[in-house]
Amino acid sequence: MNAHQLHLKSVRIALQERQLLEIDAVIEAGEVLTVMGPSGAGKSSLLAYVAGFLAPAFTASGDILLDTELLNGLAAEHRRVGLLFQDPMLFPHLSVAGNLRFAIPADAQDKEAIVSQALASIGLQGFAKRDPDTLSGGQKSRVALQRLLLSQPKAVLLDEPFSRLDAHLRREVREFVFKRLREAGLPAIMVTHDREDAEAANGVVIAL
Amino acid sequence: MGPARASLQAVLRGGAQWGLRGAPWFMLLILLAPVVLGVGLTVLPAFGYLPAIGGEGLTLNHFAALFAAPGLSHSVMVSMVSALVTPLLALLLVLLFLAAASGTRLESWMRRLVSPLLAIPHAAAAFGLAFLIAPSGLLMRWLSPSATGFSSPPDVLIVNDYWGLSLMLALTVKEIPFLLLMALAALPQIEADKRVNIARSLGYRRGLAWLLTVTPALYPLIRLPVYAVIAFASATVDVALIIGPNLPYTLSVQVLQWFNDPDLSLRFMAAAGALLQLGVTLSALLLWRGLEVVFALLGRRYALSGHRGRADSVLRGIGLLGVATAVLLSIGGVVALVLNSFAGFWRFPENLPRSWNLRAWENASLDLASPLANTLIIAVLATLIAIALVIAVLESEQRFQKRLSPSLILLYLPLIVPQIAFLFGIIVATEFLQWTPNIAMVIFAHLLFVLPYSFLALSEAYRRLDPRWSQLAATLGASQWQVFWKVRLPLLLAPCLTAMAVGFAVSISQYLASQLIGAGRVSTLTTEAVALASGGNRSIIAVWALLQAVLPMLGFMLALFVPRLVWRNRKGMRGSA
Repeated sequence: MNAHQLHLKSVRIALQERQLLEIDAVIEAGEVLTVMGPSGAGKSSLLAYVAGFLAPAFTASGDILLDTELLNGLAAEHRRVGLLFQDPMLFPHLSVAGNLRFAIPADAQDKEAIVSQALASIGLQGFAKRDPDTLSGGQKSRVALQRLLLSQPKAVLLDEPFSRLDAHLRREVREFVFKRLREAGLPAIMVTHDREDAEAANGVVIAL
Repeated sequence: MGPARASLQAVLRGGAQWGLRGAPWFMLLILLAPVVLGVGLTVLPAFGYLPAIGGEGLTLNHFAALFAAPGLSHSVMVSMVSALVTPLLALLLVLLFLAAASGTRLESWMRRLVSPLLAIPHAAAAFGLAFLIAPSGLLMRWLSPSATGFSSPPDVLIVNDYWGLSLMLALTVKEIPFLLLMALAALPQIEADKRVNIARSLGYRRGLAWLLTVTPALYPLIRLPVYAVIAFASATVDVALIIGPNLPYTLSVQVLQWFNDPDLSLRFMAAAGALLQLGVTLSALLLWRGLEVVFALLGRRYALSGHRGRADSVLRGIGLLGVATAVLLSIGGVVALVLNSFAGFWRFPENLPRSWNLRAWENASLDLASPLANTLIIAVLATLIAIALVIAVLESEQRFQKRLSPSLILLYLPLIVPQIAFLFGIIVATEFLQWTPNIAMVIFAHLLFVLPYSFLALSEAYRRLDPRWSQLAATLGASQWQVFWKVRLPLLLAPCLTAMAVGFAVSISQYLASQLIGAGRVSTLTTEAVALASGGNRSIIAVWALLQAVLPMLGFMLALFVPRLVWRNRKGMRGSA
């Protein structure tokens, strides 16, 4: 397991002169930093800034350090920062296996085997050729997380990842996600409205 | 990967990146330069300067000759009236129809009907209508002798009538689906249902609620399409040749006659006439602008008066009846074409031909190869070039997070300036450069009309695509080009194909661009069909008109079925068109 560290060094985000947030934080491997706050507080723009696609209307300053690498100015696809949205966002035009293969780096050997191993690890053997739209909500969430992990990220961003799930499924998916992120030794930033999510993350909570 | 190959790739990628940056400007150049230059080069011969045929100095004589031409004032008047009556009627009926049908099953039926109706080219639709309403047409046959008492065709001029009434009818019938489609596409943006519900809860009946609350927000969104209708109605050549008045002609047709006259000196008068056509179209647009203000004022005053209206069901009835009539006339026209194309001996009041044969089809098949090949080559290439350019412009918009795209009014310029006014100048230019008319020039001329319509057809879907798809793909390590090829393009397959079908249909329906720029040497299905108008052989005309109508229909069917086939195992991709 490679341990990674994400460092937000006096990150400030403003929208037309109005400062939205200021954050200074170090997130160690397997830790989750939770950011809470009302809509419009700039939670999502923080994630967009770290991921590398902040809309031009925003201005941001401060360094994003992943291990020793400075991410500022790097294109999103070179940052090795994974992202989970509210929705699983499985590509509707690809099969389940196609979604996973999309994430595997081009130079990887024996992608077929990687895919079947990945499917087995989330209990979805034999689902390779399935249309993602035919999966249940929980299955979709697991594929989405597995896809993210296959892209070999060094840090992960969670944008209200459980808010669309019903209460029962929510707990199950949440435990699964946090467990896998810890195992993979990935630092994570989670944005949420939900107290329980924050408690389950078991890390530092910043309220905006 | 060797370093040489890597650097080659980097160069290619850099080049493509610059290409994307330049795409919006390139598109603007392609659309505007010919129009601006074309109009400019029409002005010179209008004032007597065209050295190629001996015009050296500047003079107003040609305008004097133009205004002295017999029948000119009537020509101008018919063009002007048609420019105002057609859009007014079409727009009113569309608005009343939507007011009556919004949210009902009728609306969803109409959504499905609108594209195939729109796909029928103007010329084919005009022929169909003519075969329907002519004194010996299908309607008269079906009504005679029981309802009319006629045992021979009545001796009245219905088609090609002096006042252009049948021309206006043909244009109205053809423009209703166009405006309907534009309105249906715009309605979701303005949350029409909510507006209507609020007004209804305040005690307004459905139709009036829709008209008072939705129209003011909807109209600005379909204003440019309405202007395009005005411009087309004021200056159409093919429809006017088929069903419009001929003693005298409409202004645009008259100008074309002068232009094609073997006596080259008439070209000066043709140029002056082309400028007059531009003036007529612009005046019609200005008058319309005035009408807009008046209607807005009256509408606002009525809304503030608090009247709940009493004629609600009458208004809705007019809308339903009007649009239904237009749809029936379109379909009836196609039926008339089909019957005539197979008709053998067909005595007047008989409802159906007494005998059927394939003679007209066999006859047409002998002359078909070259026009069909030309039509397909032109339409396919124009469509491909247009879609590539449109996607490049829209992709650059996404990539650089800026609306670099030409603003709508500029896109619409080739659709609003009368074709004859700038095609004339383009011909002056090509003759000056001594370019022999060829198919490439015709393709380029088609592009002027195919491009804007393809752009209009695709831009909404491209801009509305959830940005999270590309963000997600990027965080998974996909480069911007991979995002484009592997995510955005497949997700937008259906709208891209629809835009191509639209472009294809627009190209097929072009008459003047093929006829003038091709100098009569590049024959297409449309130029052949229109050329037959003056002859009287109904079966032959029907065959060519049908051939012209079939191609766009095939295009739309492909655009509908290919995505269904490709995504047959992908539930999430259905209904994304």
